[in-house]
Amino acid sequence: MDQTLIGQFVSLLAAILLLISFAMLSQRRVLTLIKLFAWQGAALAASTAIVAHTTGQPHLYFSAGLTVLLKVMLIPWALHRLIDRLFVRWDVETLINIPATMLIGIGLVIFAFALAAPISHMAGTFTRSTLGIAMASILISFLMMIVRRKAVPQVIGFLAMENGLFFAATSATYGMPLVVELGVALDVLVGTFIFGIFFFHIREQFDSLDIRHMEKLKEE
Amino acid sequence: MSSSLPLITLVVGAALGWLAAGLLGVMIPRRGAARGLFLLGALGGLAIAVLGLMAVWQPAEQLTLPLGLPDLPFHLRLDPLAGFFLMLLGGVSAGISVYAAGYFREETGGRLALICLQYHVFLASMAFVILADDAYLFMVAWETMALSSYFLVITDHKLPANRSAGFLYLLIAHLGAISILLCFGVMNGGHGDYTFEALRAARLTPQWSSVAFLLAFFGFGAKAGMIPLHAWLPEAHPAAPSPVSALMSGVMLKTAIYGMVRVIYDLIGGVRWEWGMGVLAIGAGTTLFGVLYALMQHDLKRLLAYHSVENIGIILLGLGMSMVFIGSGHGAAGALGLIAALYHTLNHAVFKGLLFLGAGSILHSTGQRNLNHMGGLIHGMPQTAFYFLVGALAISALPPLNGFVSEWLTFQTALQAPILQNDSVRSLLPLFAATLALAGALTAMCFVKVYGIAFLGRPREARHAAHAAAAGGDAGGWERCGMAWLAAGCCILGLFPVTLLLTLNRVSVSITRAGLSDAALQSNWLWLVPTAPAQASYSPIIFLVVIFSVTLLTFFLVRRFYHGRIRHADPWDCGFPEQTPRMQDSADAFGQPIRHVFGPVYLMQRHLPGPDDAAPRYSLKIEDRHWRWLYLPVARLAEFASSKIALLQQGRISIYLMYSFLTLIALLVFVR
Repeated sequence: MDQTLIGQFVSLLAAILLLISFAMLSQRRVLTLIKLFAWQGAALAASTAIVAHTTGQPHLYFSAGLTVLLKVMLIPWALHRLIDRLFVRWDVETLINIPATMLIGIGLVIFAFALAAPISHMAGTFTRSTLGIAMASILISFLMMIVRRKAVPQVIGFLAMENGLFFAATSATYGMPLVVELGVALDVLVGTFIFGIFFFHIREQFDSLDIRHMEKLKEE
Repeated sequence: MSSSLPLITLVVGAALGWLAAGLLGVMIPRRGAARGLFLLGALGGLAIAVLGLMAVWQPAEQLTLPLGLPDLPFHLRLDPLAGFFLMLLGGVSAGISVYAAGYFREETGGRLALICLQYHVFLASMAFVILADDAYLFMVAWETMALSSYFLVITDHKLPANRSAGFLYLLIAHLGAISILLCFGVMNGGHGDYTFEALRAARLTPQWSSVAFLLAFFGFGAKAGMIPLHAWLPEAHPAAPSPVSALMSGVMLKTAIYGMVRVIYDLIGGVRWEWGMGVLAIGAGTTLFGVLYALMQHDLKRLLAYHSVENIGIILLGLGMSMVFIGSGHGAAGALGLIAALYHTLNHAVFKGLLFLGAGSILHSTGQRNLNHMGGLIHGMPQTAFYFLVGALAISALPPLNGFVSEWLTFQTALQAPILQNDSVRSLLPLFAATLALAGALTAMCFVKVYGIAFLGRPREARHAAHAAAAGGDAGGWERCGMAWLAAGCCILGLFPVTLLLTLNRVSVSITRAGLSDAALQSNWLWLVPTAPAQASYSPIIFLVVIFSVTLLTFFLVRRFYHGRIRHADPWDCGFPEQTPRMQDSADAFGQPIRHVFGPVYLMQRHLPGPDDAAPRYSLKIEDRHWRWLYLPVARLAEFASSKIALLQQGRISIYLMYSFLTLIALLVFVR
């Protein structure tokens, strides 16, 4: 394939990633949030595979496969099970209303691009324009963690942030060493399970997953 | 006598042996095993004492342990100063360990195992504080020492008073440790090498070396118990079990003195006379404060703790004079001051250890620490009474015991003042000597009170006397052995001061490169001459012989002329047959004249019954002024500051996430 075409393809996937980030930010329903998360994982896996094909690094194929397995299948499935068990398919309340959140998100994207501009010029890779997008999606996921009031969307925000980090790693430096990627993937998996266990405990304690109840834990 | 192994290896081996004894104590939680381990620990102490004494007379040895962090091994060094303090640690702890073997007989297995572990870790950490040759090992050992002693203090952690005493101790210990850490940082000056050799070689500007001095003085002073950082001492000592109090007061305070001498004389170097004046002022204040508050106490262990404060003050007076003389270029007089301070350090370790052990035996037999409830104990526990008397005479600085020698040497140093050029310093030094004299007299009064109230007279409360009789009266065999060892130390250090003077002279030469005058070095076993024979000399043995012969003569004369005319009466009934034991002078009553004379020093809450009161009650509460003036304001300030900082803690996860988000954004903006 032609280099520019590939470059454009990666840019397209990056744009999709960012778009999904915004969609997650504006989404009120938990079930849709999980679907969006799975799609984001798919976009990430596709871009990783393309980078792997172009640079001929076999371990990137491996990490693309791992992404599909973990982030498109295993974690969404686990989250589905979790919300089934916990009966938390309800709408998500946000702390700030959705249009305001979107505006803040746009501000973050501009900030991320301004930040990434000098680094992108130095980076010699054909994927250099994607670094800003990766950082923007990290910051937007972080924002999502802040504005959500329930525990499950916060965890999805955390996982989405990891997606953004992973994308930054593949786009800027052609991926981390395989060992690191494996480690990160395992961390995410373990993290998800620990969160799952904690959800049950939190609900047992407070009869709700609303994190406002945790304010009681503060020392007076 | 030369061995194939270097001394330092043997010392490290003995210290590690202490650690091993502690671990064994946990592994075999049985009473018999613990007793054996304490005795083994005493043997280790004896070995360390002998090795330390040998090390004073040998060139310094170094050792690098393959422990610590990668590229940051532990450096050890055994020089005469370390040797002297090892001798102190080993010699005093040997007696205390033997005592402890008997003292903890009523503890249950698990608790005893823990005490055994903490006790031996405490001993070993003190040995490593003394041996350390880099700031890293020094701080590690220093903090281990603080922590293990903290756990020993809260052995009876079920009592809230003990827990708060432990907390106060830990707090002040940490303040001191931070200050010491900063001091090492200042001395290091940023080149990253924290071995003492590098710190010694570093050249500081006068301002920075004064800063380092202040930090070291504050840091070690907090551990030593000088005012205004003494508050933990009278709380922690009564809380701890008696052998631990003896160890803390006798030995641990001395590691602080070691640290002061090591850091100020050896590492910072270039001692200035202005520093000495500061030390003298604090020392004089500490001395007077300690003894005045000791006189007001009726809790025996609290009283002894205040005397520890006083004695630290005396040591500081010696150190301060030595700094003044060295800073003014008078090496010989400075060496004499240092020797006096170190001599008193050893003496205080021995007699205060002995007194705390005696207090422990009284506590065991009567279950009492309150002097007002004691009386006539000499009948139930004659041997403890004898050893306690030796300790009391020694701390009262009466010849021919050891306390006299060191205080006399301190006076001799003060009498060197005319050689100073600075008029104001020259006129101030005798003032400090006068403080010391006043404190000495008050100490003697205080121990007349302790001994008279506790051992003489008649039991004030019948039930306690019954308790003493039921518990088997006198202290057990091991306890008596421990006390006898320390009492013998009091006598030997008092009777043969010249041996120790020459030993300490070597320490002084190795640290300050200044020694005593030649005339002083000519002192023989009979006559102690600190400066020149024309000025002053002292012979404890002749003194002893005279006292002994006068006593014998009086005894025989009395028997010769008054024999058969002895009349028995209740002790202290003053010829008044209707007196009940409750009418005897009490500990609080004994301090009344002092309370009157030095009234403004104390913060008193006194309730006096009226003359027509049907049920008269007398209550007296004496508080330390430092609490209101210093500690409480600082505590309130800290509380206020933390209540403001606590506003950050909202309890909402979103806010916490926001903190990290904003931090991230700020870092990205400013540090890109």
